[in-house]
Amino acid sequence: MHTTDYLIAGSSHAALEAINAIRMHDGEGAITVVTRDPHRPYSPTVLPYVVSGRSTPERVYLRDDDFFAHNKVDYRSGCALAGIDPAAHQARLADGSTIAYRKLLLATGASPVVPPIPGIDRVDYHVLRTLDDATRLRAAMAGSKNAVVLGAGLVGMHAAENLVKAGASVTIVEMSKQLTSGYFDEVAAGMIEQAFLGNGAKIRTGHRVVGLEPGPDGATLQLDNGDTIPADLLLVAVGVRPELGYLDGSGIATERGILVDDSMRTSVDDVWAAGDCAQARGFFTGTPVMNAILPDATVQGRIAGMAMAGDPGLKPYPGGVPLNTYHFFGRHAISVGSAAVPEGGRAQVRFDAASGRYLRAVFDRDERLTGIFGVNEFFDAGVMAQLIVRRTDLGPLRERFFAQPLATGRELMSQLWR
Amino acid sequence: MGQAYSTIAFDPAKCDGCGKCMTACASVKFDSTDTTRSLIQIVRSGGASIEPPRPGEFELALCRQCADPKCVTVCPAGALGKNGATGVIDWDASKCVDCLLCTIGCSYAGIALDEHSGRVSKCDTCDGKPACVPACPTGALRHITTARIYNEVGSWEDLFAPGLAGCQGCNTELLMRHALRRVGPDTVLATPPGCVPGMGSVGFNGTTGTKVPVFHPLLTNTAAMLAGVKRQYERVGRKVTAMAIAGDGGASDVGFQSLSGAAERGERILFMVVDNEGYMNTGMQRSSCTPYGAWTSTTPVGEHTRGKSQDAKNLPMIMINHRCEYVATASTAYMEDLYDKLDKALAASERGFAYLHVYSPCTTGWRFQSALNIEVARKAVESNFVTLWEYTPESGLHFTRPVNDPLPVADYLKAMGRFRHLSPEQVEHIQNKVAENLRFVRKIAEQADER
Ligand SMILES: Cc1cc2nc3c(=O)[nH]c(=O)nc-3n(C[C@H](O)[C@H](O)[C@H](O)COP(=O)(O)OP(=O)(O)OC[C@H]3O[C@@H](n4cnc5c(N)ncnc54)[C@H](O)[C@@H]3O)c2cc1C
Ligand code: SF4
Ligand code: SF4
Repeated sequence: MHTTDYLIAGSSHAALEAINAIRMHDGEGAITVVTRDPHRPYSPTVLPYVVSGRSTPERVYLRDDDFFAHNKVDYRSGCALAGIDPAAHQARLADGSTIAYRKLLLATGASPVVPPIPGIDRVDYHVLRTLDDATRLRAAMAGSKNAVVLGAGLVGMHAAENLVKAGASVTIVEMSKQLTSGYFDEVAAGMIEQAFLGNGAKIRTGHRVVGLEPGPDGATLQLDNGDTIPADLLLVAVGVRPELGYLDGSGIATERGILVDDSMRTSVDDVWAAGDCAQARGFFTGTPVMNAILPDATVQGRIAGMAMAGDPGLKPYPGGVPLNTYHFFGRHAISVGSAAVPEGGRAQVRFDAASGRYLRAVFDRDERLTGIFGVNEFFDAGVMAQLIVRRTDLGPLRERFFAQPLATGRELMSQLWR
Repeated sequence: MGQAYSTIAFDPAKCDGCGKCMTACASVKFDSTDTTRSLIQIVRSGGASIEPPRPGEFELALCRQCADPKCVTVCPAGALGKNGATGVIDWDASKCVDCLLCTIGCSYAGIALDEHSGRVSKCDTCDGKPACVPACPTGALRHITTARIYNEVGSWEDLFAPGLAGCQGCNTELLMRHALRRVGPDTVLATPPGCVPGMGSVGFNGTTGTKVPVFHPLLTNTAAMLAGVKRQYERVGRKVTAMAIAGDGGASDVGFQSLSGAAERGERILFMVVDNEGYMNTGMQRSSCTPYGAWTSTTPVGEHTRGKSQDAKNLPMIMINHRCEYVATASTAYMEDLYDKLDKALAASERGFAYLHVYSPCTTGWRFQSALNIEVARKAVESNFVTLWEYTPESGLHFTRPVNDPLPVADYLKAMGRFRHLSPEQVEHIQNKVAENLRFVRKIAEQADER
């Protein structure tokens, strides 16, 4: 049986950051990485650019073989975790073999949710999470004339834009009333919607798909109001969820994800979890939330790695803050923090139709920033996140901050830097 | 061993917000006059209370070329990476997909959107020759290249044995290890009585504390003996560096006559004085280099005396009057300067007498915490208590680290226990002495400039 000091399941952002953190403190302990994916590490976030052709599969890898050799990491791709016995400190792999570990990190991310629409098992559809998904979608996109994207989150919208640009007629179907809800407010979402409509996309918000049938060129969708839409390409992008079958019988506590404390420790000894598969404390709620974004995966991976290696420099997780950047048809949108106005707080909004600049900032009752959202208005999201996490009192600078978030944010941070 | 890198340092106290760095950067990088495109951004400091901010109320947003960069870890495209050779966070425009995630990762606004091009942009230090630094008229921006020393010196052999018995935090040990590393293995070393042999340079039980030949002359005859040794080597045709590492007592008091003689004869030796301002090894007695007011065991503080009642002798200025090949003062708080002078002294010692006077704070005798040595050494320079300069007969005396806006000397005196008892009058005496010394050295420097 293979034995290792650190066993890491997954090879993406959370896993890579954990490797860094472990090696920062423990130069020698044996690290083994097992990952379901057949490739070297890459980011799911780059995949829309593989689909569009902006990037190519060979150019997206985040590490080369040298990295693993240099860091003394035993990297095993195409090798999925299938079960855990925490008491025995053993992990079972899909090929039936077993690995004994001292410490285990679960960084297996999330997978696309496939909604149980009647007929879905009889039609061909796409999802976008792995490099192989991206290659397949890119090939299909080339010949598509009528594409349907199910779900108007950032993954769906980005794919829809790619399809529009590739010349397909595109319909976006979204259950909720608003596009990109959860990321952007109504006004920003309206701007996004206009941009898509202006470029010829059709948008069906507030509708559910109630049935799918194989059609002449692919599939036919049936909406809840009886409309039917033909699709020669169907992309399902309604959200993600961790696949946690490997936890069966392990006793590791889960809700929507693997529950972890502020050092990413799970409910059982010597097992940690980080990234999209973990459910950690939310900064605003204080309760465990899913915050499936790349920056948080790196923060959590780092913390888990430090905790596993026993690094005394570990600072507890401050809680997950939503952070997103998004481009659509040459414009950019940035969202940091929570859109909800806290009790006693306020939201300030400005919009300049000529430049298309939109800004919304939310403050709590103590004049502290809790969220900031912009379209075509650039500000340093990293600085904003720090102002939020450090609960910085904007006090008398609030007006100036709202007028010039870029300059004033830097100015405020300059005080915190020293 | 790790690698050290050059860096751009910013001193907010010196910045008056003129923005010339931004003009330079925008022009060099984008051929633009639009300073919002500059990769270095001077911003008003969060502490600034009035508009427009006053000098000293500015800060900067600039890529820090982090050792543990967050922008790199959040980039999904592998477009950012720490360059192991230069230390710069390189941005690969061809891999970047313009997702802006790096701007989420960085807490310092070091990488941001250039709205003009629609792409992110960040400082690349202009390939090691930053255009912003020379554009700064106030000296608020500096390009610190000391890393070169660390990288080079790290690979040279330490020619002292490990485990010398210096006091905790001893500056002299730091200094002599650096100096001998630089001077190299083809050296014969003289270490007269003092802290250097005290901590073991001449060794124990028949083995030396160095990996080069070392001898232990008398306090009185160091320069004479070393000159003789050097001449013998020259006679047999061997090229060696004859180097002395002597204390201030050994050089300025009882050893002065042989030092002065060797300098006057132009003996080809490198004489380094470690000036810790007293006979620290034998119990902290005063020397002629002990400054006015300082407590030592022979200038106690009590009913009748309040520390040393005479001023220190300015030995390096006396050495100038020997017209040596090379004379310089140095401090371990300014390593780049020290190494520069070591290089020159070494070269000069092949032609004639080279004299290097290094101020060396003593944790034990001066009474400060062992972690604060470099801090104390730096304050000595920043207050002009000691001045850093070099002299050659051809070009005269030049300051190498002029301090135009000095700290009050009281800041320096307060950093250690040997001056704790000083009365305001004594502090004033010392401040006046600093001014007088400075005037004196400046006069000589001005003569050099007139030539
Ligand atoms: C198309 C797309 C666009 C996105 N855009 C953004 C964006 O703009 N901004 C943003 O913040 N986030 C974005 N995200 C989300 C972001 O990519 C994720 O939050 C991030 O990748 C999470 O990293 P992770 O390491 O937790 O998991 P993942 O990146 O999901 O990686 C999981 C790893 O685990 C492996 N694995 C899975 N199951 C097993 C198993 N049983 N055994 C062993 N290995 C296993 C996988 O092979 C993979 O290596 C996007 C995601 C997608 C799909
Ligand atoms: S904008 Fe470019 S450099 Fe920055 S994270 Fe995205 S791909 Fe990387
Ligand atoms: S070093 Fe060059 S690129 Fe960097 S801020 Fe200065 S001028 Fe700009």
